[in-house]
Amino acid sequence: MTERPRLAVVGAGPAGLAAALAAAERGVRVTLVDAAEQAGGQFYRQPAAALGARRPQALHHQWRTWERLRAGLDRHRAAGRILHLTDHHVWCVARDPAAGVFGVHALRGPAQEEGVVVRADAVLLATGGYERVLPFPGWTLPGVVTAGGAQAMLKGGLVLPGRTAVVAGTGPLLLPVAGGLAAAGARVAALAESAGPAALLRQAPALAAQPGKLAEGAGYAARLLRHGVRVLTRCTVVAAHGTDRLEAVTVAALDRDGSLRPGSYRRIRCDTLAVGHGMLPHTDLAETLGCSLSGTAVRVDDEQRTDVPGVWAAGEATGIGGAALALAEGHIAGRSAAARLRGTAPDPRRWAAAGRARTRLREFAAALDAVYAPPAGWAERLPDETVVCRCEEVTAGEVRGAVDPLGAGDLRTVKLLSRAGMGWCQGRMCAPAVAGLTGCPLTAGRRPLARPVPLGVLAALPDTDTGLPETGDDLAEAEVGRTAAEVGHPVADAGPPETD
Amino acid sequence: MVGAACALYAARSGLDVRVVDRGPVAGGTTGAGEGNLLVSDKEPGPELRLALLSARLWAELGDELGAAIEYEPKGGLVVASTPGVLAALRDFAAGQRTAGVTAEPVDADRLPELEPHLAPGMAGGVHYPQDAQVMPALAAARLLRASGARLHPGHTVTGVLRAADGTVYGVRTDRGDIHAPAVVNAAGTWGGDLAALAGVRLPVLPRRGFVLVTEPLPRTVRHKVYAADYVADVASDSAALRTSPVVEGTAAGPVLIGATRERVGFDRSLSLPAVRALAAGAIGLFPFLERVRALRTYAGFRPYLPDHLPAIGPDPRAPGLFHACGHEGAGIGLATGTGRLVAQALTGKTPELDPAPFRPERFDTDGGDAR
Repeated sequence: MTERPRLAVVGAGPAGLAAALAAAERGVRVTLVDAAEQAGGQFYRQPAAALGARRPQALHHQWRTWERLRAGLDRHRAAGRILHLTDHHVWCVARDPAAGVFGVHALRGPAQEEGVVVRADAVLLATGGYERVLPFPGWTLPGVVTAGGAQAMLKGGLVLPGRTAVVAGTGPLLLPVAGGLAAAGARVAALAESAGPAALLRQAPALAAQPGKLAEGAGYAARLLRHGVRVLTRCTVVAAHGTDRLEAVTVAALDRDGSLRPGSYRRIRCDTLAVGHGMLPHTDLAETLGCSLSGTAVRVDDEQRTDVPGVWAAGEATGIGGAALALAEGHIAGRSAAARLRGTAPDPRRWAAAGRARTRLREFAAALDAVYAPPAGWAERLPDETVVCRCEEVTAGEVRGAVDPLGAGDLRTVKLLSRAGMGWCQGRMCAPAVAGLTGCPLTAGRRPLARPVPLGVLAALPDTDTGLPETGDDLAEAEVGRTAAEVGHPVADAGPPETD
Repeated sequence: MVGAACALYAARSGLDVRVVDRGPVAGGTTGAGEGNLLVSDKEPGPELRLALLSARLWAELGDELGAAIEYEPKGGLVVASTPGVLAALRDFAAGQRTAGVTAEPVDADRLPELEPHLAPGMAGGVHYPQDAQVMPALAAARLLRASGARLHPGHTVTGVLRAADGTVYGVRTDRGDIHAPAVVNAAGTWGGDLAALAGVRLPVLPRRGFVLVTEPLPRTVRHKVYAADYVADVASDSAALRTSPVVEGTAAGPVLIGATRERVGFDRSLSLPAVRALAAGAIGLFPFLERVRALRTYAGFRPYLPDHLPAIGPDPRAPGLFHACGHEGAGIGLATGTGRLVAQALTGKTPELDPAPFRPERFDTDGGDAR
């Protein structure tokens, strides 16, 4: 093969960027496909250039790492080794096993109505994670946002979501969100974390192996203290109040058995509640390709390969672990893909440092996972009339009714019998809550369409298994459904490829 | 769905019923169905007779359970794009009328009254007021509940218990034996496997069907609408993809588009050509759908037998074994009539229609029970 192989990397967050750089440095032509207008993902989210932020780094940690990644991306783009497709929302990756070819299908344009397909010899899924939010009375009021949503607003738009905020839920995201809100000028009335300080201490050995992470955490805590934020551990939001929008929340202390301590209820006035209960991996594209999962995450081997030939995965998609782990996994995945695409076996000793970081950070992630579990008893406490599935307006009572009396015993049947999870978000938002309410195991839902696709785009697909046009082998990206211009991969001499 | 209907009518005939399923309620093909209760797509013959009986029974259940099963007697509209197809469709409808179907020819200029958003330029159509719709999973769950039968979900049948004289006396499951003088095989696409456990042959094969579901819309499609070539497709023996989707609005808002019919075994992986064909067919009928978004797609495996008729009734090769499976893409629609016939067979009553065409042993050329 005289032509250099082509790798499609889906997602331009830490994992995708690290993978794209590692592969491009080793002679692979990389097509980096991402939904955002700029690289960085959720972790390194950038303010839109038009906003003219002068010091975006004020809201970011690990700014230097980001600057290195961005410089690498710029260099490889200029050299034609990486084609960065921004504002491309991938809805499906199709594979032709016989030909060893992949079609990465995306929507683009302001309304996401244009279909395009990217051709690749291998695919690296760095699709990240999404936030888990568990319901409580009043959680659908305007003014209640996800913790990640609040952070995205801060980092991306520099818009202060409200004046007086409460941050609640569980997980390592709450500290930086509270700190960010306070630094941006909001009054953070309280941070209510359902994990207890004792639980954190029990995980001390794993945490102690992470000086960097501890320092990071200490930095957030110091920032909170500086802004006078009340940090309430083993505490949970019982309800959000308001008529047209959020006016106050009630928080209460959790006993060790998960029950609410009588007399500990306290009402806090606020106009913003940022709430989150950890993260879940985005696995839709991997599942449709046939990749096996391990729990709710994509299963990978030591090289970050999935069990489908030609498909790698890295970052939160393979298990929630944070940006540093995503960088290590992405680097390893990119090097492995580069070697395998050339038909050689990679030498893991060449990525020993990244491998060690991966081991350490996975242990750390497991420790965090044990600390930040959703508060026990939340599902039993949820009143029947609380809406659980916002898209279809299905209440907790209706979800419970799917099990008794109707006899559902798994998430899919609960969905069929209650409509919870049948709407716009296809259960991404409510599935964890439905699982908790019904006692069904949380399984990744089958979603062959990873996002809503106009029927016109589907109808215009070429009639091939991968949805790739029969001709145009040399194109990195082809429009589907329009006869307009097709985009070729920039032709440039990338120089001699670096070998592993 | 078929099992639930059998349970309902058997229980209402005074029998003590237990329902065993290896999965949850509606976990098989029912949960991947559209809920089409169609008479319009059937030519005169035994299947149409069963469909007409089933339609009457569904209407009764609609009165009884109504909104809980999302029963909607919305009617079907079959359209023809050319005068040639229209002539064939009208002939087909005339034959159906003699068999008891209400089929009203609709001229091209009256089509917009029935379906304002239909593509212009159609040659004409036929309106079938007896076509209706249910939500299959809800229907199965509600019928089971109404039956009062004891449910054993998550129990896998691993054997059919037969006495020395060959009489069936129950089933063995992975969680213990269940004894009963009669066993009804309503295992759908897996009905052939269950028959094999009893030592009899029933050649049920899977046929894959994809369904596309759109975002919720205000009611813009009023009937079950499909193009006339679908009628030919149901009896198709072609292994290649043939699609002429049924397009319909639902009580819950989304438009359903389905289904493809492909013989590819039990392969559940997404087929882009299948969803492409569904989308193109639907847009051909309703151009406004081009900009409407598909939220999800799912595949199910329709069980079919070589002559495209179900197997219903007692199996003389295994006394005590009854079959109720192999309904292909019409299992929801034909469930009620099937349940009624099985209940009548179980209680020794005269069947409401001639069950001979549905004899389970009809595929045996040597008449024996060897598989």
